[in-house]
Amino acid sequence: MGKASTSSTTKDALVLFDSLRSAYSATPTTLKIIDLYVGFAVFTALIQVVYMALVGSFPFNSFLSGVLSCTGTAVLAVCLRIQVNKENKDFKDLPPERAFADFVLCNLVLHLVIMNFLG
Amino acid sequence: MAASETSNGTSLRHAFGNVLSFFILILIGVLAFSIRLFSVIKYESVIHEFDPYFNYRVTQFLTKNGIYDFWNWFDDRTWYPLGRVIGGTVYPGLTLTAGTLWWLLNSLNIPLSVETICVFTAPIFSAFTSWATYLLTREVKGAGAGLTAAALIAMVPSYISRSVAGSYDNEAVAIFALIFTFYLYIKTLNTGSLFYATLNAIAYFYMVCSWGGYTFIINLIPMHVLLCIVTGRYSSRLYIAYAPLVVLGTLLAALVPVVGFNAVMTSEHFASFLVFIIIHVVAFVYYIKGILSPKMFKVAVTLVLSIGLIICIAVIAVLVALVASSPTKGWSGRSLSLLDPTYASKYIPIIASVSEHQPPTWPSYFMDINVLAFLVPAGIIACFSPLSDASSFVILYIVTSVYFSGVMVRLMLVLAPAACIMSGIALSEAFDVFTRSIKFQLPGLPGFSEVDAGDTSSESTVPQTEVPKTDKSGETLKERPSRKNRKKEKEPVEKPSIKSQIEKRLLVLPFEGSVLAIFLLVLLGAFYVVHCVWAAAEAYSAPSIVLTSYSNDGLHVFDDFREAYAWLSHNTEVDDKVASWWDYGYQTTAMANRTVIVDNNTWNNTHIATVGTAMSSPEKAAWEIFNSLDVKYVLVVFGGLVGYPSDDINKFLWMVRIGGGVFPHIKEPDYLRDGQYRIDSQATPTMLNSLMYKLSYYRFVDTDGKGFDRVRRTEIGKKYFKLTHFEEVFTTHHWMVRIYKLKPPRNRIRGKTKKSKSKSSSSSSSTKRSSTRKNPWH
Repeated sequence: MGKASTSSTTKDALVLFDSLRSAYSATPTTLKIIDLYVGFAVFTALIQVVYMALVGSFPFNSFLSGVLSCTGTAVLAVCLRIQVNKENKDFKDLPPERAFADFVLCNLVLHLVIMNFLG
Repeated sequence: MAASETSNGTSLRHAFGNVLSFFILILIGVLAFSIRLFSVIKYESVIHEFDPYFNYRVTQFLTKNGIYDFWNWFDDRTWYPLGRVIGGTVYPGLTLTAGTLWWLLNSLNIPLSVETICVFTAPIFSAFTSWATYLLTREVKGAGAGLTAAALIAMVPSYISRSVAGSYDNEAVAIFALIFTFYLYIKTLNTGSLFYATLNAIAYFYMVCSWGGYTFIINLIPMHVLLCIVTGRYSSRLYIAYAPLVVLGTLLAALVPVVGFNAVMTSEHFASFLVFIIIHVVAFVYYIKGILSPKMFKVAVTLVLSIGLIICIAVIAVLVALVASSPTKGWSGRSLSLLDPTYASKYIPIIASVSEHQPPTWPSYFMDINVLAFLVPAGIIACFSPLSDASSFVILYIVTSVYFSGVMVRLMLVLAPAACIMSGIALSEAFDVFTRSIKFQLPGLPGFSEVDAGDTSSESTVPQTEVPKTDKSGETLKERPSRKNRKKEKEPVEKPSIKSQIEKRLLVLPFEGSVLAIFLLVLLGAFYVVHCVWAAAEAYSAPSIVLTSYSNDGLHVFDDFREAYAWLSHNTEVDDKVASWWDYGYQTTAMANRTVIVDNNTWNNTHIATVGTAMSSPEKAAWEIFNSLDVKYVLVVFGGLVGYPSDDINKFLWMVRIGGGVFPHIKEPDYLRDGQYRIDSQATPTMLNSLMYKLSYYRFVDTDGKGFDRVRRTEIGKKYFKLTHFEEVFTTHHWMVRIYKLKPPRNRIRGKTKKSKSKSSSSSSSTKRSSTRKNPWH
């Protein structure tokens, strides 16, 4: 019984991964690039958190600005992705150029603030 | 052809409406500004009360020395001998705002003094507040409700009490920042634009700069996000409104020196991070749900749930451990007293002693928000039909602020805008219903009988909500709501086709009823205006630095405080230290420019307790304490002669409590006779021998021969006594401020013989000789 259920869950998981992959491959390339960017930002944030856990958070401003700049970038990129995604009906009226301009502005503000924490 | 004509007509009417609302808004701004000028007209252009004096002094420093010196300012005139780092411990928003205004006007060659700018900052920002309220309410319920709410907040007494001309305090700009931040949040939520999200973070930054109340925002918005998620209203717009705000807002808040890393370290902010994580999980789930088929999604959910739960529990356990490891569970005293109203009175007398931290009484609700209190429920009902993201936010806002206002009087200020928004919505909806029913019945005879039949049912429900609604609008409002509603009608009435018109007709009220209801609404609005003007003119305009009273023989002005501070600044050395109860610290530094021991920034409890102990000790012990602090002068405020109730004798029990909290030899029961606080002949000997009693009533019996205290309405207990360690140097005209000087230490007995010897020799050499002679003894 236990065996059967575990095998069925693994089978389910496989099917799930398959359908996920096929669904994701339908995403336009631009969105995939944004996804990669988000993934990279999150990965960088994770590295910093791990480093902090190992070495300590002494220059706390550095740690804070480092992690938050990564999460901030990721969050803003996710927002951009939401806005330029054509399947999202909320943002049909919003041209991608406008979305990108907002994204750049927000990033500018974010990194101007981050600069104050450097050093 | 006809269609184009009507659309032309509506666009023209829209344009007309926009111009009209623009002018109305300007008028509201003028109203908000000018209703706060009573204090200048009735008294003079002075800074009010206590904290504003400190802000004024900081602004003076800022304009004189520039921004860099301001951040690095170490103030050695206060908290002697500790001093205070001003740049790192003030919320700089207000000061920077006024400083910028001053700089701007001066660079335009408009030479206004810093004091003038400071006096008028609050009225200017209250005009901004009413415009921000208009914007916020427009996002929630349309322009009509917005204009009503703006007119209401322009005159709401609760807000006037904190923003009359001269009341130069943080709240003056903070309420504007609060409302504007909320507006931008709602705007972002409605549009899903990243641009507004950026502005929102910047407005939040301004709020953090201005007031400690920013924690209200950073807890209310996550609560709203959570509410939306739980009720299944998650949308990608919600994500855009919230996630960037948390990241940017946290970083920006950490830039303000007084907040610093507290923005990520204290529990007040943890709610936002928790919701930040939650919204990411939810967003991811919604995304997966979007790209998968429903069947596969079910599989995914079962898979993830089993693994995810374990991770979640682990994370929560870590968080709880982190929070629990900090001594106060990460919450500061003031926030704790918000969550548990009895906390402050139990543990922190210094917080409890401030009158604005007490819970309010019922009449104060009526005094401060007047008829709005009755309109709010109607507004909440109106917000539920239909419920949108924005209207759920205002509902949450009013509910939380009602709770907080019940905990602390000063937080009534946060409730007032919410109440105005709600009442604005209620009033506007009410006018909408009434004018529509009038409009339907003027030309439309058919269906009249139907209406009557339908109304008996709807009438019973609608008027109930209407009656409270009636209260509010003001003179300015009288015209406005009708216009607003006309505008409003255009939108909902013209758009829906005939089909919906039939439905609407069922809501129509009888003609006479609606006319009467509109009349009552206007009447109650007028009542509100009368109350507000009265509150602005009589109740909240007193600067408390100059007092007036009317009696049979006309107006009396008591200007004793400034008299005393001027005396100090003219007759004492620059570096002399003045001790007083902490209430008068800011004024002494700002007006007399003398160093004080404690002031209104109550950051060091022990230091305040030391002064409290000195005031409650007998003369000799008090002298020793003051002498150890280098104090030269002691200042007490005494109202017994003219009947000024908030004097030091009435505050004395707090000195005892705060002093006793740190130095246990001061015991409150020693000062009470059978649990009663009294200063007549029944008073305890400890009370009669305390320094505060002696300094207040010294020579008091000389005034009328009996020593009758007009505040306590009794004869004082101990009338004839002498001071051995203090000498009276100045008492103001009405005896409201009395200043004593510490006598120099008396020479020892051994010294006495020396003194008599040295008297024979020349006086100039005597000091020298005595000092040289001292040596052999040691």
